[in-house]
Amino acid sequence: MINLVLKRLALAIPSLIGVVIITFLLTRALPGDPAAYFAGPAATAEAVQQVRVKLGLDKPLIVQFARYVVDLAHGNLGNSLTSGQPVVADIKSRLPASAELTLVGLILSVLIAVPLGILAATRPGSFVDHLCRIVTTAGVSLPVFFTGLILVYVFYYLLGWAPAPLGRLDIFFTPPPQITGFYLIDSLIAGKMDLFRAALAQLVLPALTLGIFSLAPIARMTRASMLAVLSSEFVRTARASGLTPFTVIVTYAFRNAMLPVVTTLGMVFSFLLGANVLVEKVFAWPGIGSYAVEALIASDFAPVQGFVLTMAVLYVAINLLIDILYGVIDPRMRVEA
Amino acid sequence: MTAIPLLEVRDLTVEFSTRRGAVRAIQHVDITLAKGETLAIVGESGSGKSVTSYAVMRILDRAGRIADGSIRFTGIEVQSAPESAMRDLRGREMSMIFQNPRAALNPIRKIGHQIEDVLVQHVQASRSEAAEKAIEVLDQVRIARPRERYHAYPFELSGGMCQRVVIALALACRPQLLIADEPTTGLDVTTQKAVMDLIIELTRARDMSTILITHDLGLAATYCDRVVVMEKGRVVETATAAAVFKQPAHPYTRKLMRSTPRPGVTLRQLLPDDAAVPRASTPDASAPKAVSKDPLLVVEKLVKEYPRQGLQTSLAKLFGPKPAPETATFRAVDGISFSIDRGESVGLVGESGCGKSTTSMMLMRLIDKTSGNILFDGVDIGEIPARRFATLPLRKRIQMVFQDPTDSLNPRFTAARAIADPILRLGKIRRSLLRARCEELAQQVGLPVELLDRFPHQLSGGQKARVGIARAIALKPDLIVLDEPTAALDVSVQAVVLNLLQDLKESLGMSYLFVSHDLNVVRLLCDRVIVMRAGQIVEQGPTNDVLFAPSADYTRELLSAIPHPPV
Amino acid sequence: MTIVEQTEAGSEAGAGGLAATAVVADPAAKKASGLAATIQHGRYIVAENPVTGLAFGLFVLIVLAALVGPYVVPYDPLASDTVAALKPPSLHHWFGTDQLGRDIFSRVVVATRLDFIIAVASVALVFLMGGLAGIAAGFFGGWTDRIVGRIADTIMAFPLFVLAMGIVAALGNTVQNIIIATAIVNFPLYARVARAEANVRREAGFVQAARLSGNGDVRLLLTQILPNIIPIMVVQMSLTMGYAILNAAGLSFIGLGVRPPSPEWGIMVAEGSTFMVSGEWWIAFFPGLALMIAVFCFNLLGDGLRDIVDPQRRT
Repeated sequence: MINLVLKRLALAIPSLIGVVIITFLLTRALPGDPAAYFAGPAATAEAVQQVRVKLGLDKPLIVQFARYVVDLAHGNLGNSLTSGQPVVADIKSRLPASAELTLVGLILSVLIAVPLGILAATRPGSFVDHLCRIVTTAGVSLPVFFTGLILVYVFYYLLGWAPAPLGRLDIFFTPPPQITGFYLIDSLIAGKMDLFRAALAQLVLPALTLGIFSLAPIARMTRASMLAVLSSEFVRTARASGLTPFTVIVTYAFRNAMLPVVTTLGMVFSFLLGANVLVEKVFAWPGIGSYAVEALIASDFAPVQGFVLTMAVLYVAINLLIDILYGVIDPRMRVEA
Repeated sequence: MTAIPLLEVRDLTVEFSTRRGAVRAIQHVDITLAKGETLAIVGESGSGKSVTSYAVMRILDRAGRIADGSIRFTGIEVQSAPESAMRDLRGREMSMIFQNPRAALNPIRKIGHQIEDVLVQHVQASRSEAAEKAIEVLDQVRIARPRERYHAYPFELSGGMCQRVVIALALACRPQLLIADEPTTGLDVTTQKAVMDLIIELTRARDMSTILITHDLGLAATYCDRVVVMEKGRVVETATAAAVFKQPAHPYTRKLMRSTPRPGVTLRQLLPDDAAVPRASTPDASAPKAVSKDPLLVVEKLVKEYPRQGLQTSLAKLFGPKPAPETATFRAVDGISFSIDRGESVGLVGESGCGKSTTSMMLMRLIDKTSGNILFDGVDIGEIPARRFATLPLRKRIQMVFQDPTDSLNPRFTAARAIADPILRLGKIRRSLLRARCEELAQQVGLPVELLDRFPHQLSGGQKARVGIARAIALKPDLIVLDEPTAALDVSVQAVVLNLLQDLKESLGMSYLFVSHDLNVVRLLCDRVIVMRAGQIVEQGPTNDVLFAPSADYTRELLSAIPHPPV
Repeated sequence: MTIVEQTEAGSEAGAGGLAATAVVADPAAKKASGLAATIQHGRYIVAENPVTGLAFGLFVLIVLAALVGPYVVPYDPLASDTVAALKPPSLHHWFGTDQLGRDIFSRVVVATRLDFIIAVASVALVFLMGGLAGIAAGFFGGWTDRIVGRIADTIMAFPLFVLAMGIVAALGNTVQNIIIATAIVNFPLYARVARAEANVRREAGFVQAARLSGNGDVRLLLTQILPNIIPIMVVQMSLTMGYAILNAAGLSFIGLGVRPPSPEWGIMVAEGSTFMVSGEWWIAFFPGLALMIAVFCFNLLGDGLRDIVDPQRRT
């Protein structure tokens, strides 16, 4: 078991190295004078020169890269021009908002998509099957920002059920004391039920948007995988042995079918982390996605680089977890085959 | 007074709904099985033998349904019994084992747990006793160290052991009927014997009835009391095993019997008496004649090594609890030497993993050797890298007929284009004459000329095999390596193709290296035989010597494992 | 094999079973030549798969809109008319007008061209880069495989949209860079599919047989492997078109790439988003709907093509 974890860790390291190299290249690929970008549009010539020296842009590329890596090791991602804060601090404060949103969206989506896929596979040709097919085909075609806007229009403007899409909490409420940074959890810990409800109300629409977005690939993969497993030979053996449909589906088919679904989760996360940015813009959610977008508009580049790097590192970590999870479920992976 | 038969199938008809309408898979099938009896259902592909058993167990595909007829098991009607009743019967009263044992087991569940599931389902043991019972069952199927193996996953077991586990699953609840659907197809002949012996022993000991479904008439006659022969969805004959073998009544049975390679017959005798003599019997004047007495092919101390996976080995050394493997390489072929004369047909036999396929690949120059010599007509072709060999003129003198006719034909090429490929690349012929040459080759192999413009998916297995053969002889090679060329064919088709190969060899003056696991086929076609095991040659010599008076124990073991029907 | 295939397969009397491939339409049909044969083949396929036919029809519509849209729309997409601003859909303005009084219908139709060009250009680029790299990696193995694999893995280490953002931010805010970013971001998927197909085919019996017939490596690649891979690559292209459009629209939505006042579905939705909360839904709705229909069409087309090319993968 430890072998598995260590082996997966070892494989994740080249990915991290690649990520660092690419993000470095991105900072140096700016057309024109990178120093001018980092100094900002309002900078004077001396300020630009100062930035140039500070970032070591006058040194050879290798030296720059070395400095970049050293900076990263110290957690230095530069400073934001618009907030004046170190990028790391900004990201740290805004990350929980994105994390809460993404996780709730994902949980919602899995809770719907997996049962839907299983039901569709076990009842081919039925209403559920057709529903699943429609959901998956339409789902992958829906632009996530469009879904968000439609939901806002219907549930906020038309029906008035949802609050205004203005961020994590209505302005009348103050955020709970920070423990995890997740408002839902923190408000429960603090015992403030009205705060919990308010945070939940704000969370519903954006989480639903993300959920709908990731519903399609998960449901599609669950259904396809389940179908494949149900027609496999070992399921035939299980049926021929007289096992109940419940045992066949749950103990024999489901666990095997989940393997490709777990692998798909990696891809789903890739989409989710990207969709996060768009959803945060629609709902004015104060996460790192909107942080990057605001910085982009203001031509403030350090936050954008920091954002890309953070997301990539997060993604590598998530993939690592998924790989390990896969190894736990599938004993064949534990052997040096 | 006759006892109630255990299984009585009357007038059974099964239909499948396909995109082209309802297709009748089997019609008016009558089968009776007494208690304690062993019955074989024999037929070629498409005969409906598997469908019949699936219908009895009521595990037909969603698209299939029992359209007519009745199935009685211990006197109870089951063709329309509710699914809950069938679930009780399945596994407890009647069970089934399938081909491909590894695929039949849940790959991520311990085999012990899988057996427990069946036991608990049919209330043969409570959850607490189930583990002990499962170990007992594993012991009964002769799995060594059953207590340890209980915790094993299927991928940790060999093919033969997986089949034993599948048998254990089927017999765990002591059913009255066991249906075995091609349980030994794909297994080595020694493993096949072990599995069949085990099945028969266990079923006889428990006074169980067995239905064995197979395409191998010899296997059926060896292990079963009675035989049911099916053709195209109908039963054509039912008789005792001895009667079917000695005096087959139905013409189809007779044809099957005749085509089954067995000791004491010649190649010609595999064909029906009135079969047209294949047209390739007249010697081809333009074919190269043997000009010297030197052997055509000489192989000396040929070795092929594969390195064991690098990263895994090093990681295992760092992290793994087990010690690193002793050797860093795996020897697929471990220093073999033999020769092939001109015009000779040599058989290369052995079980899976013995290295015969690797050897033939090296001879064909599709993969490179590790060490040793391959001398073809005096030229050391072993030294020429595989990559380069394709475009050399020598290429056309050594050709191959592949095992899987479907896989070896480009799905986007017509038959004519496939046959023409070697001529286009290596032969010197005018474009205008190419089509004529293809037709000539088609006639030589007995392929109707109008099929030349069809694509592989529009041809039958036998027709595809002929295309492969036509392609191989297109350039009149000196040596053809045939890698199990008839393994994927029905036995009647096999008989025709084997005769064709023999005739072509004689008329074109070619040498053959015939790689096979089927000793009966080799006996018919080859002058000399080489027996391989674990990368080494165990015995070689004239066919009659090796196969009738073998000197090596392994050869004896192989020979005794072949099913011996009552002749 | 299912029972059905077992019963229908392999009878000596010939004529194949359920395995229909895209190679030949109807074996019984007479061999017509060239264009006539293709049309006949097309008609046969559409009759078998009505959904694919629908998708194909939509596709033709989109291409038409891209080609002639700008010439046939009722209003100039850039012409603003503040008097008519923020009008809901009506007979005069089928999709209503936006905050500057521009006709949304005209803008949506004209935007087809830009989005379509972006999609086609990115997909063509990635097909060339990723497809060829993948085929080479799958066929030659060894270092080619390792290098292509490394590149693909490094790109895949990023959430793809985030990487696209980073690339466009770094290279500069232009349409060309959106195309380049989309192509880079789709590279791994393409290369992976191409590699897998080339790998499978490399070991196939007919490739070995072709080697025996005297075909060298390059000839093998061109005549044996490529023609067998193309259908699958075409399916992949169709599916990637949809993703490319979504990607470009997403980037435009957050202000990257296309600049106003150019009509493009993404920025039109962005411009309309602020009005959603105040009830002027049509400004963002119609471009979003156009986006959805276009992507839907490409996905359906891809699925339909896949069913035709490889019936076993039907889901």
